[in-house]
Amino acid sequence: MNMKKFLQMALLWAAVLVGGWAHAAESPSITSPGTKPAAGAAAALSQSILLAQASTDTAASASADAASVPSAAPAAAPVAGATTAAAPEAAAVPMVHKGDVAWMMTATMLVVFMAVPGVALFYGGLVRSKNMLSVLMQVMVVFSLITVLWVVYGYSLAFGGEGLIIAGLDKMFLAGVTKSSLADTFTADVKIPEYLFIAFQATFAGITCALIVGSFAERMKFSGVLLFSVIWFTLCYLPIAHMVWGAGGYLLGKGALDFAGGTVVHINAGVAGLVGAYMLGKRIGYGKEAMAPHNLALTMVGAAMLWVGWFGFNAGSNLEANDGATLAFINTLVATAAAVLAWCVAEGLMKGKASMLGAASGAVAGLVAITPACGSVGPMGAIVIGALSGVVCLWGVTGLKRMLGADDSLDVFGIHGLGGILGALLTGVFTAPGLGGTGGDSFSIASQLFVQAEGVVITIVWSAVVALIAFKIVDITVGMRVSEEDEREGLDIAYHGETAYNK
Amino acid sequence: MKMVTAIVKPFKLDEVREALSAIGVQGITVTEVKGFGRQKGHTELYRGAEYVVDFLPKVKIEAAVDDALLDRVVEAIESSARTGKIGDGKIFVTDLEQVIRIRTGETGKDAL
Repeated sequence: MNMKKFLQMALLWAAVLVGGWAHAAESPSITSPGTKPAAGAAAALSQSILLAQASTDTAASASADAASVPSAAPAAAPVAGATTAAAPEAAAVPMVHKGDVAWMMTATMLVVFMAVPGVALFYGGLVRSKNMLSVLMQVMVVFSLITVLWVVYGYSLAFGGEGLIIAGLDKMFLAGVTKSSLADTFTADVKIPEYLFIAFQATFAGITCALIVGSFAERMKFSGVLLFSVIWFTLCYLPIAHMVWGAGGYLLGKGALDFAGGTVVHINAGVAGLVGAYMLGKRIGYGKEAMAPHNLALTMVGAAMLWVGWFGFNAGSNLEANDGATLAFINTLVATAAAVLAWCVAEGLMKGKASMLGAASGAVAGLVAITPACGSVGPMGAIVIGALSGVVCLWGVTGLKRMLGADDSLDVFGIHGLGGILGALLTGVFTAPGLGGTGGDSFSIASQLFVQAEGVVITIVWSAVVALIAFKIVDITVGMRVSEEDEREGLDIAYHGETAYNK
Repeated sequence: MKMVTAIVKPFKLDEVREALSAIGVQGITVTEVKGFGRQKGHTELYRGAEYVVDFLPKVKIEAAVDDALLDRVVEAIESSARTGKIGDGKIFVTDLEQVIRIRTGETGKDAL
C-alpha cells in the first residue's frame, strides 16, 4: 500500500477520533462514582431463574428496568451501562470485594495470556516456518489494536448504554469513568471497578479479532489484516456483544444464554474467518504441496496456554469470585479433558493413530464448546458437551472442511465456528435442571433451544455479511492477498523483514 | 585417488566412522540428506490433510581415499552400515582428479 493511501486513511481515522472526542467532551458523562445504575433485569432475572431462587434485593432492581421479558433468563455478562437509575433506596450499599477485584484482575491477565502467547503460538506452530513471524505479528498487533480501539469507542458502543442493537458514544474515550466508577456483577449489590470490567471485556474483543487471522494465514497482507480487523470489530463484534450482553440487547432480552462468548467470540470469529478464506482463495499449492506444520511442539504449548488461560475467560465471565465462578471453572476443566479424549479416540478409530495435533485441537474444541455453557450446566453435562465437541469438530476439520471447499488455513471455522455453534445449542439442553444444569423450574429445553438457535443464526448471518463487506473494502483499498512471489518467499521476509529461525 | 560417497542410515553413522578410522581413513565429510530408493516413505496426517512423505532422512559420507585403500574402505563401509533391511543405502565410487591441502598446499596422495 502506498504512502498516499496510508495518509488518507490515517487522516480519516484521526478525523473520526477527534470528532468523537469533541462530542464526548461536550456532553458531560452521567456516570457517578457511587451507585452504578443497576444492571436491572439482567442481573435480577439471571439470579432468580438461573439459581432457582428469588433474591429479595434484586426485586427492587428488577422494577427499575423493565426492558427484558420476565421469563427470559439472560445469563450474559451484566450491563455496566447507562440504564436509568435503579431504585437505590431499596438496594443496600454497593460493595466492592477485594477478592472479586483480585480474581477479575487475574482473569483479565489470563485472557491476555490466551491471546498473546496462547493463540499466537498455537497458530504459529501450525504454519510453515517462513510464515511463523507473520502469524505472531498478526495476532499480537491485532490484539493490541483492538484493545486501544476498545477503550476509545468499543466499550462505549457495546456497554455504554441501552439499545436493542448497540449502545452509544457517551463513554467514548471512557468519558466519565474514574477509578471509583463501578460496574455490575450478577449479584445485585456486589460491584467491581468499572475499569476492571472494561479491561476484561477489552481482552475478549482483542482475542476474537486475533482468532480470525488463522483463516487467512500465509497469504493475507498485513495491512489488510489490520484494516479488516478494525472494520469487522466496529460493525460486527460490537453490535453482537451488545445484543448478547448489553443493556437492552435484543438477544439478552430474548433470554439467550451465552456465559462467556460462544456466539460473541467463537461463532463470530469462525464465520468471519470462513468468509475470508473463501474470498482470499486457496494458498498456492494447496492440496498438492506439503504444508505440514513446522513446529507442533509450539502448537501444543499454545493449546496448553489456551486451556490455562481459558479459566480466566470462562470463570472470569462470572465477574465475581463466588460459586458461579467455580461452576464455570470446573466445567472448563472437565469439558476440555473430555474433548481431548474424544478427539483422540475418534481419530484413533478413524485414522489408526491419535495425533498430538488432534489432542491439541480437541482441547481447543472442548474449550470453545463449553464457553457459552460453563455458567449454567453441570459438570456431567460439561463432559458430554466436551466429548461431543471433540468428535463433531474432528468432522469439522476433515469431512466438513472438504465439503466447504475453502482453505481455512488453521481451521478457525472447523473448531471455533462449529464448536461455538454446538456449544451454544447444547447450552440450551444441558442447562435443564434435570440434566444437572442451573435452570429453574420453568425451564423448557425446547424453548431455550429455539432462543439459542436464534442467537446462533443472527450471529452467523451478521458476521458473514459484515465480513464480506469488510473484505471488499480491504480488497478495494489496500488489497487482500499477497503477491505470488511474496507467498512463495514467505510473509516473514516479505512483510516483516525477518526470519524466525536463523542458524 | 578415488572419492567414495556412501549414503547410509543416520543411526549407522558412528559405526561407519569408527570402521573407517580403524583402517586408516583420516578424514570424512558428513552431510544430512534425504532420499528414497526402494524403501517407501510414510504418510503424515495433520487434521485431515494427508501428506505422503517419500523422502527419508539419510546421511551422506564422503571420503577421499588412495587407490590402494579403496577396496578395504568399501568393505568397511558395507559391513558397518548393513542392517539387512531395505533402505541400507548405496556406495558410489568416483575418480578424483586432484586433492589439495589448503593449509600447506600439498597435493595428490600427500593431501589425503
